[in-house]
Amino acid sequence: MNKNPNKRRQQTRDIKTPKYAKPAKSENRQNSEAGGGVADKLNAWRDLHAHALFSSLGRLVASPFSSVMTIAVLAIAISLASGFYLVLVNFQQLTNHLETSTQISLFLKEEVSDIRASKLLESIKNNPKVQQATLISKEQALEEFKTYSGFGSAVSALKTNPLPIVIQVLPKNSLTDKNELEALQHEFQQNEGVDQAQLDMQWLARLQSIIAVGERAAGLLNLMLGLAVVFITANTIRLELHSRREEVIIAKLVGATHAFIRRPFLYAGAWIGFISGIVAWFIVTVMMLILRSPVETLSSLYGGHFHLLFFGFVETIKLIALSTALGVIGSWAVLVYQLQRTKPE
Amino acid sequence: MLKFENVSKRYLETGEVLRDVSFHLRRGELAFLTGHSGAGKSTLLKLIGVMERCSKGQIFLDGENLSHAKEKHIPYLRRKMGFIYQDYKLLQDRTVFDNVALPLVIAGYGHHEITRKVRAVLDKVGLTGKEKKFPLALSGGEQQRVGIARAVVNKPPIIIADEPTGNLDPELSAEIMRLFENYQQVGVTVLIASHDITLITKMNRRVLKLDHGQLVAS
Repeated sequence: MNKNPNKRRQQTRDIKTPKYAKPAKSENRQNSEAGGGVADKLNAWRDLHAHALFSSLGRLVASPFSSVMTIAVLAIAISLASGFYLVLVNFQQLTNHLETSTQISLFLKEEVSDIRASKLLESIKNNPKVQQATLISKEQALEEFKTYSGFGSAVSALKTNPLPIVIQVLPKNSLTDKNELEALQHEFQQNEGVDQAQLDMQWLARLQSIIAVGERAAGLLNLMLGLAVVFITANTIRLELHSRREEVIIAKLVGATHAFIRRPFLYAGAWIGFISGIVAWFIVTVMMLILRSPVETLSSLYGGHFHLLFFGFVETIKLIALSTALGVIGSWAVLVYQLQRTKPE
Repeated sequence: MLKFENVSKRYLETGEVLRDVSFHLRRGELAFLTGHSGAGKSTLLKLIGVMERCSKGQIFLDGENLSHAKEKHIPYLRRKMGFIYQDYKLLQDRTVFDNVALPLVIAGYGHHEITRKVRAVLDKVGLTGKEKKFPLALSGGEQQRVGIARAVVNKPPIIIADEPTGNLDPELSAEIMRLFENYQQVGVTVLIASHDITLITKMNRRVLKLDHGQLVAS
């Protein structure tokens, strides 16, 4: 039968490829009597999928206005979700960075003199739990404040220096347990020269719990946005199905299975999700680029080494795969429901 | 080939449309289905195509019980029937070739097999050279022949035609009928629903006559 398939193909090249394609899978009933070898049927199966893939893209291009509208809405929804994710990732980076710099700040009482302060510093340095301690005099503190706060001129107008002497204590690295750190803080607080001993972990803990709340909120939000993507795709496919109703009915009348009818629509849903994912990636990346310079200025003000994180390669692939999957799920849901109801008359 | 056993069909809105219909069409038989409008002709055809299910009785096609067919199996049953419609039901945005190829594509035939079969059937119905045309560029008679080509391209054992000549003049109708006779001669069962009395008398074939849902002559 297939002695010379290439020649046969050559002969039939002038004929347009059939618009429909169909896999041999589970539909061998009629095929058993059909001519052509297994290779021919496999080719048919491949041609039909390829045809569904490209014809569904062609249909999107053929109605550019509605396609652009749909993809824009989906891309914005996806970029909101992925943007939140990226912001959270960046905040986590910030806290990871801070975690390694746990320190205790001792704000000394107003009446404590410089000499008394250096004595205190010495005793603190001798504490076996302390790795390092530095003294920031009132003048140093004022200079620093002038430089970094942006209130330079206002501070210059002050007649007296309102800032206290501060001793910054870096506990030993082995001291990571929260209770131990708090015990150390308590110990310093007992010293009569100390007005306030502040463990920086307190605000770190607060920041972490704020981020935990943010994570939960972003998770819920992303779930809702994901559902929105599914529903928007479903509605788009429903409209497409409606406008091609006659075609669907005729295909049913000549014995098309639901799987056969669904195929081009599923590909359409996949395309919509895929393109929206790519557009969303661009939206988020452009937004991060716009944010980069102010964020880095802010970071340098705090003397930090904070660099804005963008989508990595794996995350980009995940983002596009996920939005494609959501597009397919949306189309699948509406097709299962609508095809049962589209009956020939 | 096609066997109705005490088939009744009742709709909630209109009541009983078919009542206790029984007949048997043998392999290679050509018969007409006739009756006034509303007698139940189209309902009977819908039952054969499993677009509707009967309320009572049983329908057999080639030994298979249509009334108990599972939803998933219906597409495969429809591939054994070639349906022809008064309004042709062609896809206007596809060429003649693509319209005729549709059942083969659905059945999973390979590319060159499809080309061979479609060319052969277009030859047979007299549409050689029109495969790249679109249905709207064809006359009514030609469009109906495209419909017939699509119905027979997959070599179904039974052809069911619903008013196939309803929109055609007598000369074209006679041509279409000759086509049906050709298929019948090679062993295909043909059932033609029609109310064209002159045509039916001229053909002098078996006639199934429906009157208010009951079979009054067969």
